[in-house]
Amino acid sequence: MSTANTAHSVVEPSQTSKRIAGAIIILYAIITMVPLAWIFLTSFKSPPDSISYPPKVVFQPTLEGYCNLFTTRTRQTPEYIQSLGAPVSTCDEITRNRNMVIAGPSNYWPRFQNSLIIAFGSTFLAVFLGTLSAYGFSRFKVPLADDILFFILSTRMMPPIAVAIPIYLMYRELGLSDTALGMILLYTAVNVSLAVWLLKGFIDEIPREYEEAAMIDGYTRLQAFRKVVLPQATTGIAATAIFCLIFAWNEYAFAVLLTSGSAQTAPPFIPTIIGEGGQDWPAVAAGTTIFLVPILVFTILLRKQLLRGITFGAVRK
Amino acid sequence: MTDNNTTLLDKAAEKAVRATPVPLVYRVRGLSDRSIAWLFILPTIVLLLAINIFPLIWAVYLSFTNFRANRPNAEIEGVGFSNYQRVLTDPDIWQAMQTTAHFVFWTILLQMLIGFALAYLIDRKFRGHAFWTTVILIPMMLSPAVVGNFWRFLYQPQIGLFNYVYAFFTGVEPSSFQMLGSVTLSPWAIIIVDTWMWTPYVMLICLAGLRSIPDYIYEAAEVDRASAWRQFWSITVPMALPFIMLAVLFRAIENFKMFDMVVLLTGGGPGSTTEVASITLKREAFESWRTGRASAFAIILFVAVFGLANIYVKALNRVKQR
Repeated sequence: MSTANTAHSVVEPSQTSKRIAGAIIILYAIITMVPLAWIFLTSFKSPPDSISYPPKVVFQPTLEGYCNLFTTRTRQTPEYIQSLGAPVSTCDEITRNRNMVIAGPSNYWPRFQNSLIIAFGSTFLAVFLGTLSAYGFSRFKVPLADDILFFILSTRMMPPIAVAIPIYLMYRELGLSDTALGMILLYTAVNVSLAVWLLKGFIDEIPREYEEAAMIDGYTRLQAFRKVVLPQATTGIAATAIFCLIFAWNEYAFAVLLTSGSAQTAPPFIPTIIGEGGQDWPAVAAGTTIFLVPILVFTILLRKQLLRGITFGAVRK
Repeated sequence: MTDNNTTLLDKAAEKAVRATPVPLVYRVRGLSDRSIAWLFILPTIVLLLAINIFPLIWAVYLSFTNFRANRPNAEIEGVGFSNYQRVLTDPDIWQAMQTTAHFVFWTILLQMLIGFALAYLIDRKFRGHAFWTTVILIPMMLSPAVVGNFWRFLYQPQIGLFNYVYAFFTGVEPSSFQMLGSVTLSPWAIIIVDTWMWTPYVMLICLAGLRSIPDYIYEAAEVDRASAWRQFWSITVPMALPFIMLAVLFRAIENFKMFDMVVLLTGGGPGSTTEVASITLKREAFESWRTGRASAFAIILFVAVFGLANIYVKALNRVKQR
């Protein structure tokens, strides 16, 4: 081996191979982002621009999609619109230019709120229960621990439609159909399995000696758990919470089967956004964009823990 | 004297406490470990029993009856195994299983090839690889339903971007083919979206596999003058294999349950070309309202997934031990 290479180990890839690899990956990343970029662009198009051929890359941006997303509108005669006072908002003006007036708010915001309530509610419960159980499994000799853990994991692998049949009947009996509480309980049950597995991994990594030292200093087991283990597990708990949040946020199958109105979340609602004469694509794109932004933020926050999350804590890098 | 006695006792007690193995010490103060363990684990078990196991047992019961959820007041009759017999001999259900298997096969094959290649390239550790890896990972975090819905827009025959781009590179008329409306193309429309969405997942796990291979093995191979080709096949692939298997199994389980994306893209159509098992199940249960028969089908799917999950957990433990 020549001296010029001593800075690198033998296995360090050559500069050329790095450059080629980088170029291919960047190209792939750009191609993979095109669909998302297209949805983002479409959300700022006017309805005619969104369905023009050939597809327009350069266009006059407008907020019409966002206005249509949040409002319902009725068509009016130009005379009637003339008789109204000055438009009160940008949306009002855009709508009037289409010979329509705003009739009221659409269902998007209530559905979005449902998504928030259900996602945060179920995440809180799943992480709370998951942290307790994970600690239990990590620190104590639980009889049949492996079997119970397998049982917990297997509940997440069941096809949602198959689970939904009896849940549908049960919720109908209990009056939980189409309620936020019903959805929170259901998502908690699905997420708690992930929470237990992930958090067990995180808690396993905290040395037992910390708690033991605290207990020798006079802490009870519960105090040691609260004051020593929990602060150490903060990163793990936060990462787990984000995973649970993303699952609940994205879930569709249960939501579409078990909710129809008051507790419906955003994913089953977005595809139903229609305008005059078919799907209102700019409004759909606007709804999609708003819905996806939190996920993008979370993905960036979570990037170091992603691997762990998607393998139930088995692969840690 | 008494004073002296207590201090002596205290000292003895302290000695005893120090000498006792650790678990005994905890038992002296507060709740016993055993009760804390159960206190911590039981709520989760109770929740899962209520929301997962109880309904499952109910479904098993229903699968032996002629119950229909849209006629809750009709008398329920036991029908023995006839629901299972009907499901297993129903050509539509076999068709759906075949469609599902077809999707599972092609999506896994494509995702493995592309995902492994990407991981191999990212492992070259070029400048900025961490940033671009995060960008590539974004699709897998999105909601499959929302993804299916916006790809339906991209696949529109006249106005869709997909048709336009494909036409731009191949020169065919963009309106001459319909990704979602054609019997031959619609399965591929779904496979493309699934691959777009889940290749990052496979890539991430493969990358972990590649990074788990210690450098000294390559160094030793280098010393032995093994060719790059040889190193790839006798070091890289076998050592990353447990991780690759993990990704395959997980994708298999997930795609076996495939529902959201297909519903939003094609709804199972045209005809029933893309009708996967979950869609057939939904139709039986919530459109035909044959709850008994649907439950039987659900139980059959459970058993299949449970089997796969069993293998999956074994694979997980294998990976974990390394």
